[in-house]
Amino acid sequence: MAFAIPKETFSGKVFEVTIGTDRTAVFGGENVLPFHAFEGSVPHRPVIAYEVQDIVPDDWPETVKKVYESVSGDPVTWAKYCQDTLNAKAIALRLLSTHPDRENRSPEDAAKTVKDVLAAINVPLIILGSNHVEKDSSVLVAVSEAAKDKNCIIGKAQEGNYKTIAAAAMANNHKLIAMSELDINLSKQLNILITQMGFDKEKLITDPMCSALGYGLEYTYSVMERIRLAALTQNDATMQPPMLADVGMYVWKIKETQASESELPLWGSLAERGITWEATTAASLLMSGAELLIMRHPEAVKAVEKFIDELM
Amino acid sequence: MLIIGEKLSIIAKRVREAMMKRDKGPIQEIATRQWKEGSGMIDANIGPAEDGGEELMEWMVTTIQEVVPLPICLDTTNYKAIEAGLKVHNNEWGRPLINSTSNDPERFPMLELAAKYNSQIIGLTVGKGGLPADAEERAAIAAEIMARAMEYGVPLEDIFLDPLVLQIATSQDHAMKVIDAIKMFKEMNEPPMKTVVGLSNISNGCPKHIRPILNKYYFIMLMNAGLDAAIADAHEMAEAMQEKQLVDDILAGKKIEDAEKMKVIQKTLDVIMNKTLYAHSYLEM
Repeated sequence: MAFAIPKETFSGKVFEVTIGTDRTAVFGGENVLPFHAFEGSVPHRPVIAYEVQDIVPDDWPETVKKVYESVSGDPVTWAKYCQDTLNAKAIALRLLSTHPDRENRSPEDAAKTVKDVLAAINVPLIILGSNHVEKDSSVLVAVSEAAKDKNCIIGKAQEGNYKTIAAAAMANNHKLIAMSELDINLSKQLNILITQMGFDKEKLITDPMCSALGYGLEYTYSVMERIRLAALTQNDATMQPPMLADVGMYVWKIKETQASESELPLWGSLAERGITWEATTAASLLMSGAELLIMRHPEAVKAVEKFIDELM
Repeated sequence: MLIIGEKLSIIAKRVREAMMKRDKGPIQEIATRQWKEGSGMIDANIGPAEDGGEELMEWMVTTIQEVVPLPICLDTTNYKAIEAGLKVHNNEWGRPLINSTSNDPERFPMLELAAKYNSQIIGLTVGKGGLPADAEERAAIAAEIMARAMEYGVPLEDIFLDPLVLQIATSQDHAMKVIDAIKMFKEMNEPPMKTVVGLSNISNGCPKHIRPILNKYYFIMLMNAGLDAAIADAHEMAEAMQEKQLVDDILAGKKIEDAEKMKVIQKTLDVIMNKTLYAHSYLEM
């Protein structure tokens, strides 16, 4: 008798999500564990979005800051550069300037930035607030309206502000990121609360909260893995939205991506170290089930795309 | 099934205030209610009680036993407070229960007290380090506690093994591990070891309206596994007993008449058995 490779099949399936209107991006849709195409169907590659900020990224380490030196003064130029030169499949615009501790820019200002960026690009746009619970609830409402019918992803809705943000995303036909803090049960609860408002569960993206390699990555990994298992083995619809790994912002603030070679000669080349750190963190989270990544360094993105090529 | 009335805990504001003011009224009222509702013992939880613990435990034991003809479960980590409580305990109404010893060397002296005062004692199956990972680890710790009890001269019949119930909201997979541990504990001696749980910790951190639901159905599952005693709310447990047949029917795969009740019980059992992922709104799904 010939040897038959044992296959694990599941009753559940991850929702397929399409973003953008002109050039679109699609992710999710699989009914197997990450990259287990031999057991079922993996119809789409994970999507990597390039992160762009509405403020000069003074706090980014040199390795990644200098890549965008000539464009980072203006989010429109920066976004166009990612699309046209780096071949970004999606852009993630982080409206960091709206944070009360930064420039505290108004929701109207943010809405204008979003309109300008949307006018300049044709790839899908992910619009992120500054992760300030109160401020985001006004900023993300304004930008949802400004981007009406552009099929963007709005984020991030959290326990403390999901109502207004989900309502705005729903009214303006966007997808929505629901973020909870590294707790699978709270992640499920937030998805339930948002869908109880009438928001379509198939338009949600779950963000279980990212972390960098060496800084709690295993917690994110484990929560993601359990979310995906609940989606597949328990056919739990509240856990079937695709997952986001917001990698860049967690990686490019840790010591390993910043400490100089003279300070820590044993750690090797700083530039290589930072890029490797971002790529490794991203690759790990792909293995645990992320379908959408937000990253910063083009070399890290390239490495991860190659990694995906090999696994698909 | 022995219900150890749980409401007299320093964590509850009203009880704490009464303890601090030495106001017998609320303490006796709660103890009396727990007794009337079916408790066979009353838990007196005074917390770590580092200052004045001896005098407080003494006062609690006498205050409760003044109105309620039941033994007391002495619940504190303060060794001296336990001893003070044991000294004044009225054994005419049954033998007291020390809550608790464990595999942490700091808790070994509790066994000395059990031997000296002929008290029963809870053996909490945790060590000095982290929480037990599964049923097997709980059983291994139980074996160590049993061996140590014999060294100290405490008969195994006087030990209640406690597998440590964890919160379903954060440690869902432990709900069944605890049930498995109860079954394993029962097999560790002949006659079988006695077992106890601090039941309501299962629903700690859950919304108020679902706490009794989780407590009740988890209790029935533990009971089916052979549980002997629970530190619990006697009123809730009386309700649980009324619903036991329904729960058993559903566990056996039968349908029950009340469709609404069926849904609530089925969803709760699924959460306990880790078949669906817990969320605060699980009943609404």
